[in-house]
Amino acid sequence: MSNRITTGGQKLFMTFDITPTSHSLAEYKARGGYSALRKALTEMKPEQVTKEVLASGLLGHGGAAFLAGRKWGVVKLNDGQPHYLCMNADEGEPGTFKDRWFLENTPHLLLESMLIGSYALQGRHSFIYIRGEFDLAYRRMADALEEAYAAGLFGENILGTDFACDLVIYRGAGSYVCGEASAMLTSLEGKKGYPRNRPPRLTVAGLYQKPTVVNNVETLANVPYIVTHGAEGFRKVGTAESPGTQVISVSGHINTPGVYELEYGYPFADFLANECGGMLNGSELKCVVPGGISTKVLTKDDIMPLRMDHHSFVAAGSQLGSQGMIVVAEGTCMVRLLQVMLRFYHHESCGQCTPCREGMGWLERISNRLVAGQGRPEDIDRLYQISRANDGTTICGLGDAAGYATVGILDKYRNEFDYFIEHKKSMFGGRLEVAGIGDNARLVDAAVA
Amino acid sequence: MKHLVPEFETWKKRYPAGFESSLVIPCCRRIQEDRGYVSDEDIADLTEYLGVPRIQIEEVLAFYTQFRRKPIGTWHVQLCHNVSCSMRGAEGLLAHLQGKLGVQPGQTTTDGRFTLSTVECLASCGTAPMLMVNDTYHENLNEAKVDALLAALSAEYQT
Repeated sequence: MSNRITTGGQKLFMTFDITPTSHSLAEYKARGGYSALRKALTEMKPEQVTKEVLASGLLGHGGAAFLAGRKWGVVKLNDGQPHYLCMNADEGEPGTFKDRWFLENTPHLLLESMLIGSYALQGRHSFIYIRGEFDLAYRRMADALEEAYAAGLFGENILGTDFACDLVIYRGAGSYVCGEASAMLTSLEGKKGYPRNRPPRLTVAGLYQKPTVVNNVETLANVPYIVTHGAEGFRKVGTAESPGTQVISVSGHINTPGVYELEYGYPFADFLANECGGMLNGSELKCVVPGGISTKVLTKDDIMPLRMDHHSFVAAGSQLGSQGMIVVAEGTCMVRLLQVMLRFYHHESCGQCTPCREGMGWLERISNRLVAGQGRPEDIDRLYQISRANDGTTICGLGDAAGYATVGILDKYRNEFDYFIEHKKSMFGGRLEVAGIGDNARLVDAAVA
Repeated sequence: MKHLVPEFETWKKRYPAGFESSLVIPCCRRIQEDRGYVSDEDIADLTEYLGVPRIQIEEVLAFYTQFRRKPIGTWHVQLCHNVSCSMRGAEGLLAHLQGKLGVQPGQTTTDGRFTLSTVECLASCGTAPMLMVNDTYHENLNEAKVDALLAALSAEYQT
């Protein structure tokens, strides 16, 4: 992944050239690394760190955009219990690969963030839960951790203070649902990753029933900047409601897919033209899945006037979500696109709650039937009904998300579904690719014939 | 499994006391790395070593997609066919791989070299289409690159 210099405003993270050694401790320190940790440990009380993070307006970057400092503030210091901090590096929302950029390129920034966060929460032991399939990302983090231990940055008496902290990098083993915070903690207890009912909140009863904060990789990565520059310094970047930057991963039918850091408020049209390099093979924009496949699709008309901040995307009926953007060109079959998404949700449903366990299978089977040219007119209503039946009736959001994806596509592209049912074939030859990339249309034509 | 216990013991010093249950997943990962899968004997040994219920280990092995209870081919070819990869040619690559290897997803070639699987999103959408062979990502693929990769793996197998 390249660290392209882009026009997307001020950068907090992509400020250095990526070289074969730029992830090392020596080079991180040469860039000023671990000075925020020193400032926090020697000049600030733990509660001051939390106060500063809250005042910065830092929003979570895992999908829900919750105020990060508020989560930290729930943990009561000096309550006689152990507190745990867990970094959520179980990146698996389709279309999302921005946390990999941090894990592979700035592992020490993440370790420094974990140390400052652990200090603020007065946690003695902390965890990074990293996706099981990640290889380079894991090795970079594991190597960095050993470097940091050897330099006395973990263990007892860190930087000559009373602060002590041990860190475990915990590898998952293949489960999308473990990216949900409570499932992650169940997994971290060595069990199958079932999500848990709230209340109690994880900040009250999390890992082994102790107060636990789970934060996304990028969320925590902002903490050293906030400690160094203060809440006010951080708020100078981005917009009033979405301070700071966002690291967007973008893929699909564009010329230069990749990971880009953008100041909140950057216009989408500029992003598409500049960072994304425009549409692939001269194709036309059809729609965008803005923040992982669990967010509602935005048509060209919806998204082209938008600025990329939370407020604008919510007002347009969707979300920035996990910051994994998939750009879709005209000529793509939305029925088949939904089929791929629903296969995913069915595969990943953990089976704990009935509406999701059954509903995900129903959704996938209906979409398979539609694509096989055997759809029935009532199938569209069924897709809506099953989506609604999942909304809010399950322990975690997986079933809800499948519903949002389904309703989002049906609301905007119902004509393609009607056409498929009536003509027993796709309006666009079942294509998911732009002409010139490959030819998968034959697979669908074969199925229909 | 027993020969791995000294290594497991070194891990414990960075965990809080009483976190034996948490070691189920890392231990299973390490056992699989060593043997290629997790056997009944491993489960029995791990149950005793960690003092956790046997069913907890069985559930973990069944729940997480990366765990295996049986050996597979030398090279585990895992092709992503989620949204972004499908939009950049993964479905064509799957057909190509099936033709080249003569197996369907979930099957192993008769010579035991290749197991083919389809997987959902490996967070590599910007370099789609992609696949993973054992632990290694191979990105920005097309049919020619897949052919070259399979040829290189076959050559490595013979040496």
